[in-house]
Amino acid sequence: MELLKALGSQLQTMWTILMHTFTRSETVEYPEQKPYLAPRYRGRIVLTQDPDGDERCVACNLCAAACPPDCIALQQGTRDDGRWYPEFFRINFSRCIMCGLCEEACPTNAIQLIPDFEMCEYDRQNMVYEKEHLMIDGPGKYHDYNFYRVAGMQIEGKDKGEALNETPPVDVKSLLP
Amino acid sequence: MSEGLTIMFALAVLVCAVGSAAVLTWFERRLLGIWQDRYGPNRLGPLGIGQVAADMLKLLTKHDWIPPFADKWVFIFAPTAIVIAMMLGFAVVPFGPELHIIDVNIGLLFFLGMTSLAVYSVLLGALSSNNKYALLGGLRSAAQMVSYEVFMGLSLIGVVMLSGSFNLQEIVESQRDGWYCFSQFLGLFVFIIAAIAESHRLPFDLPEAEHELTAGFHTEYSGMKFTLFMLGEYLGLILISCMITTLFFGGWLGPWLPPIVWFGIKTFLVICFFILLRAAIPRPRYDQLMSLGWKVMLPLTLINLVVTGAVALWMHGS
Repeated sequence: MELLKALGSQLQTMWTILMHTFTRSETVEYPEQKPYLAPRYRGRIVLTQDPDGDERCVACNLCAAACPPDCIALQQGTRDDGRWYPEFFRINFSRCIMCGLCEEACPTNAIQLIPDFEMCEYDRQNMVYEKEHLMIDGPGKYHDYNFYRVAGMQIEGKDKGEALNETPPVDVKSLLP
Repeated sequence: MSEGLTIMFALAVLVCAVGSAAVLTWFERRLLGIWQDRYGPNRLGPLGIGQVAADMLKLLTKHDWIPPFADKWVFIFAPTAIVIAMMLGFAVVPFGPELHIIDVNIGLLFFLGMTSLAVYSVLLGALSSNNKYALLGGLRSAAQMVSYEVFMGLSLIGVVMLSGSFNLQEIVESQRDGWYCFSQFLGLFVFIIAAIAESHRLPFDLPEAEHELTAGFHTEYSGMKFTLFMLGEYLGLILISCMITTLFFGGWLGPWLPPIVWFGIKTFLVICFFILLRAAIPRPRYDQLMSLGWKVMLPLTLINLVVTGAVALWMHGS
C-alpha cells in the first residue's frame, strides 16, 4: 500500500513537471530584456543635493560607521558659511554589499541607493568612486527635505531659532527674579 | 546486405550515434530548462544548438591531464571501455526490417553483455583515480549495477518467452499483433528503472552524485577522457532507448511512414521520457536504492516471470 502511494506520488510529480512545458519561463534574457527594478531597489549609491542645490552630506561619518564591509571613507570639513561638508567622499564599490545600512543611518538623506547595478569595470581601481562620481544633480527620493532648513544649527543667513518649526531661543537671563 | 555495404552502414550508425549523443547534451539541457521554467542554453546559433560545437571545442582543447597518483594505464583505459561497449551494443539494434549491422540469434544477450561491460569502465575509472570520492562512487556503482543487473536481465525474459526468440528482429516481428508494452507492462516498468540504474543517470546517478561526491567516479577526469565518459553515458542512453523501443514498443513497426522513421520517433520519445525522469524525480538515498532493488523490483520481476510463463504455457497448450 505504501509502495503504491509512493509510486503514485512519483507519477504525479512527473505529470506536474510535464505540464510545465506550457508555462512561461520565469527568467528573463538579461542584457536584451531588463528585469523590473522597484524604485526602492538597493543598487548603486549616490550622494544627493537638497532642493536649493547644495550638497546634503554633513560628513557626520554615521554611514561609514554603519557600513559592514567598511567601504566608505570621508573627511569632514567646515565651509566659511558654517556648513559642514565632506572634503572627500569615497566608496569602494568592489567591497560594497548594497545592504543599504548607510542610507538608513544617514540623518540628512544625503546618501541613497538607486535601482542600478550595472557597474562592471576591467580595472578594479575604477570601482572606487570619488565624490564627483557619486554626486547627482537633484534631491533623489526626498524632494523637499533640506537639513539646514529644519536643523537648529547656526549657519550664515540663518540664526538660532529661525529654522522651520523652531521657537526662538529663550534668554535664560530674563527668567531671573 | 553485402559486406561493403554493412561496413558503410556500421560507420553511418556510429557517426549518427555519436552525433546524436553530442546534440543530446544540448537537447537535454534545453528540455530540462523548459521543464524547470527557464531557457537553458539558447544563445549560440538557432535555438542555441551551436552550444554543442562550443562545448566540444572547450572539452577537446582542455589539458589532457593524468594525476600523478593515479594508476596510469587503467586510468586511460577506463573511459574508452564504456564508449567501446556502448558502440558495440548498437550492432544488434534493428533499425528497420533489413536494416541492422548484424542479425545474430542472441542479439538480446549481446546487448545485455555489452551494457554489463560498461560497468567495468566506471569501476576501473573509480579505482584507478586513487581518490576517496571516486572510490566512494565506485563502491556505490559496484553495488548498484550488480544488483540492478540481476532483474534487468530477468525483466526481459518475459518478452523472450512471448516471442520465443533472442533475435531482436524476430522479437519486433512478433509484435505485429500487439506491442509488448501492454502484455509485459511489469517487465517494461522494471526494465526502465533497471536501465536508468544501469546507465547511472538521474534519478539513480549515485555513482556520480555531484552534490555528495563532487563528481563521483569521474572526479579526476577532465578534457578528452571526461568527454569519453559523457559520450559513453549519452550513447548508453540512446542505446537503452533503442532497446526499449525494440523490445516493448514494436521497434520499426508502424503504418504509412518508413520503418526507420517510426524507429526514430519512438526512440526520441523514450529519450524525452528519460529526460523527464531526470527533471522530475530526486535522487534516492543509497539504502533506499538497494531496498527498492531487492525488496520490490526483484519480487515484481519474478511474479511477472511466473505469470507470463503460465500464460504462455496455457496459450501454447490450447
